[in-house]
Amino acid sequence: MALMKLTRRKFLIAGGLVGGGLAVGFGLGDDGPENAALQATTSSGEFALNAWIKINKSGEITFAIPQAEMGQGVYTSLSMLLAEELEVELSSVTPEMAPLAPVYVNSTALMDTLPFSDGHHQGEATIGAWGMKKIAGMLGVQATGGSTSVRNAWEPMQKAGAIAREMLVSAAAEEWNVSSSECVASKGTVTHKSSGKTASYGELVEAASALEIPDDIPLKPANARKIIGKSQPRIDIPEKVDGSAVYGVDIDLPNMAHAAVKLCPVFGGTVASWDDKAILNMPGVIKAVRFDTGVAVIADSFWRAKKAVEALPVTFDEGPNAALSSEAIFAEFEQQLASDEGRSYADRGEALEKISQADTVISATYKVPFLAHACMEPMNCTALVSDNDVEVWMPNQAQTLIAWFAEKAADVPAENVKLHTPYLGGGFGRRLEIDLVVMAVTIAKELKGRPVKLIWTRENDVQHDMYRPAAQASFKGTLTSSGEIDAWNHRVASPSVTRSFTKRMLPWADSDMPDNSTADGAGNIPYQISNMLMEHVPTPLEIPVGYWRSVGHSYNAFFTEGFMDEMAWAAKKDPLEFRLDHVSEHTDFTAVLQKLKEVSDWSTPLPEGRGRGIALHESFKSIVGQVVEISVNKDKEISIDKVFCVIDCGTVVNPDTVKAQMESGIIFGLSAALFGEITIEKGRVVQENFPDYDMVRLNNCPEIEVHLAPSGRPLGGVGEPSTPPIAPAVVNAIFAATKTRIRELPLSKHGYTA
Amino acid sequence: MLSLTINGKKTTVDVEEDTPLLWVLRDTVKLTGTKFGCGVAACGACTVHINGEPVRSCSVPISDAVGTKITTIEGISDGNLTAVQEAWIDEQVPQCGYCQSGMIMAATAYLKENPTPTDEGIDEAITNICRCGSYPRIRKAIHRAAKQMAEA
Repeated sequence: MALMKLTRRKFLIAGGLVGGGLAVGFGLGDDGPENAALQATTSSGEFALNAWIKINKSGEITFAIPQAEMGQGVYTSLSMLLAEELEVELSSVTPEMAPLAPVYVNSTALMDTLPFSDGHHQGEATIGAWGMKKIAGMLGVQATGGSTSVRNAWEPMQKAGAIAREMLVSAAAEEWNVSSSECVASKGTVTHKSSGKTASYGELVEAASALEIPDDIPLKPANARKIIGKSQPRIDIPEKVDGSAVYGVDIDLPNMAHAAVKLCPVFGGTVASWDDKAILNMPGVIKAVRFDTGVAVIADSFWRAKKAVEALPVTFDEGPNAALSSEAIFAEFEQQLASDEGRSYADRGEALEKISQADTVISATYKVPFLAHACMEPMNCTALVSDNDVEVWMPNQAQTLIAWFAEKAADVPAENVKLHTPYLGGGFGRRLEIDLVVMAVTIAKELKGRPVKLIWTRENDVQHDMYRPAAQASFKGTLTSSGEIDAWNHRVASPSVTRSFTKRMLPWADSDMPDNSTADGAGNIPYQISNMLMEHVPTPLEIPVGYWRSVGHSYNAFFTEGFMDEMAWAAKKDPLEFRLDHVSEHTDFTAVLQKLKEVSDWSTPLPEGRGRGIALHESFKSIVGQVVEISVNKDKEISIDKVFCVIDCGTVVNPDTVKAQMESGIIFGLSAALFGEITIEKGRVVQENFPDYDMVRLNNCPEIEVHLAPSGRPLGGVGEPSTPPIAPAVVNAIFAATKTRIRELPLSKHGYTA
Repeated sequence: MLSLTINGKKTTVDVEEDTPLLWVLRDTVKLTGTKFGCGVAACGACTVHINGEPVRSCSVPISDAVGTKITTIEGISDGNLTAVQEAWIDEQVPQCGYCQSGMIMAATAYLKENPTPTDEGIDEAITNICRCGSYPRIRKAIHRAAKQMAEA
């Protein structure tokens, strides 16, 4: 077994936790106080009051934020949670990337993906949920994804603020020789109510830092909140309008060199031979590096590195996948769906019997292609390798994993790894991956003592992604005599993202295990169906697949909400009313549909050539309903005129950010629905860049109207949940307008232009 | 040595003549506000102005920029934010923000020629890509900036 090197601080857990989650080495936790890691980062005159808050004697407050800012507004929303309880203005808090330490674990991401913790999102304190939280704590993985940031930070950030505030109040009370209860904190100042004495947090922090960290401090009741729930301007926006924001690609270090790569176009292929001497005399070239899957040129500028690597003669051994094609992959899905194989994720009643006995069965086959993430900021990583340490600057969503693999690739002790996470120019799941850090460190190792910035071209990015899996689904359904769903049989064939992701990190842990993400939004749909069988047929492929905004929901919502619409039309019912009939036991889903009906003016007919489609989908603990209005003509020119979006994500932290995320997810999903397709031919990706992997732009972007409809449910995520419903809402609208049913994405494949 | 005028300042660079303006700005002159997105003039992340016209700097060889006036995101304001930049903040446009330098440069050039913007005009003139989907806010911000510029 080829494992990453074990160090005294780590051991590995094998297969048991792989299914549906991460299988990774665990940090055993720190024996020191929880603020030890942050204390180590303080400058002179600055004190860490707990793991999250540093205050200096001038009263400047620094917030150690464990999450990466990739546009989802997390620097602002998490700062809001902290400022609320710390009793300071939001503008006085400066976020700074937290150091790597187990205290910053994203346990919600693991509780969402690992099995056994069912119920935690309903607020249930199940033994399974408790156990998973403990395990997540031991794993200690700092990561940003799964729409978890606010859910994970909700309690710790507010508590961190409350605890620090109480310590500052106690320090003031001791100084004045009065009881803490006579003092009040507000806007960064503690006041003794009767005497009017005041002291600023900066004046109190040194004394406060010497106090015991108090136990549980109760949090404010909802009606006392001053910051949470009110739209706050994003704190990262000013530097994003004048060009001063620093992304990974902008890192500039003294004596830095630049690297560009040429990679084997076929998945699994390797370099067979190269002639590095051919390019060593080109301008600016410092060195050429050969690694398993490609070659790199290091030069004194990126352009020179890119030109040289393009000129570098390389032959590849294309390996066993050189004949792979999308056509063959879909043929395999077809075969898998027709087989008796399958892992069930919902099984109640007698769906198959009902279907075999029915006079009328509604059947359909749905398909979606592979998709690339195509973050605007191309993939990049800067690494400085020395004999005994490594320093990495990388826009990433998984700091702990990146640090581990930097350690492994550089072959240095764990404590000598330093990671910086600048702003991310988009993430969408792509930057959870370790490929860039391994490649950058491998290249920089050949130029020890000099930082090397590796940038991938857009072509590298589109052709060497970890793709949203292609998938195919088959449905059979029957209706009762009164037009309700009697039986529902849904089979999905796709590769497992979790298996592919795990295999990339721990090849020995590759095994077929249950993966909730394959069935998310298919097994757990809200509709009341007495006879339901939903199965996933694992179809491992040699195409690497990864976490793409909303993961399995991204295709399962298209399948289920498309077929739900077919069932509604077959039952001769209004598609919105049909859905209402099937969620009558759920007040929250009903409320979202009712709101949607009202705001979209659903019951008023549209003129000829226009249509309305609806989709309803729960993901990442939030319910999103969308109604889309389209215009379409006989030449298949389609215009997405308007999208009405209703979300119930429970408590709202920053309302404008929730709206922005809804808009964002809708447009992301719309690009995929209209144009998104990665095709495999001869073992390689056909598409290269934006001209053949197109995106929605201003001219074909719909007007979007977002309504927040919090029902009092527990907190839900907002980064992903608006992506799944848009594709089915669009095809349902096309059906309403034209009676043409589209069961395969993208629409461009069927001759539609937008 | 090639002589350039960038944001009103003269500078000389020692690069091959086919080097794209983008990489001269980013790697040689260290003005990293202009972003690399696609390298084939398809996404607009690298938009700058040459003699006031918006161009995609990834596809302009530096030899073509000699003797012109190059303006980047760092050079559009005189210390105070421009009306466009202010509108971008007021409408809370950026998410990841990576495409926004290019968007702001494209919008600035468009508004200079079209002080009364129309939705159709915006659609035609600004074809940059934003993966975060900030388009609805970009549209609002352009109209807001136009209004503010008209009142000023």
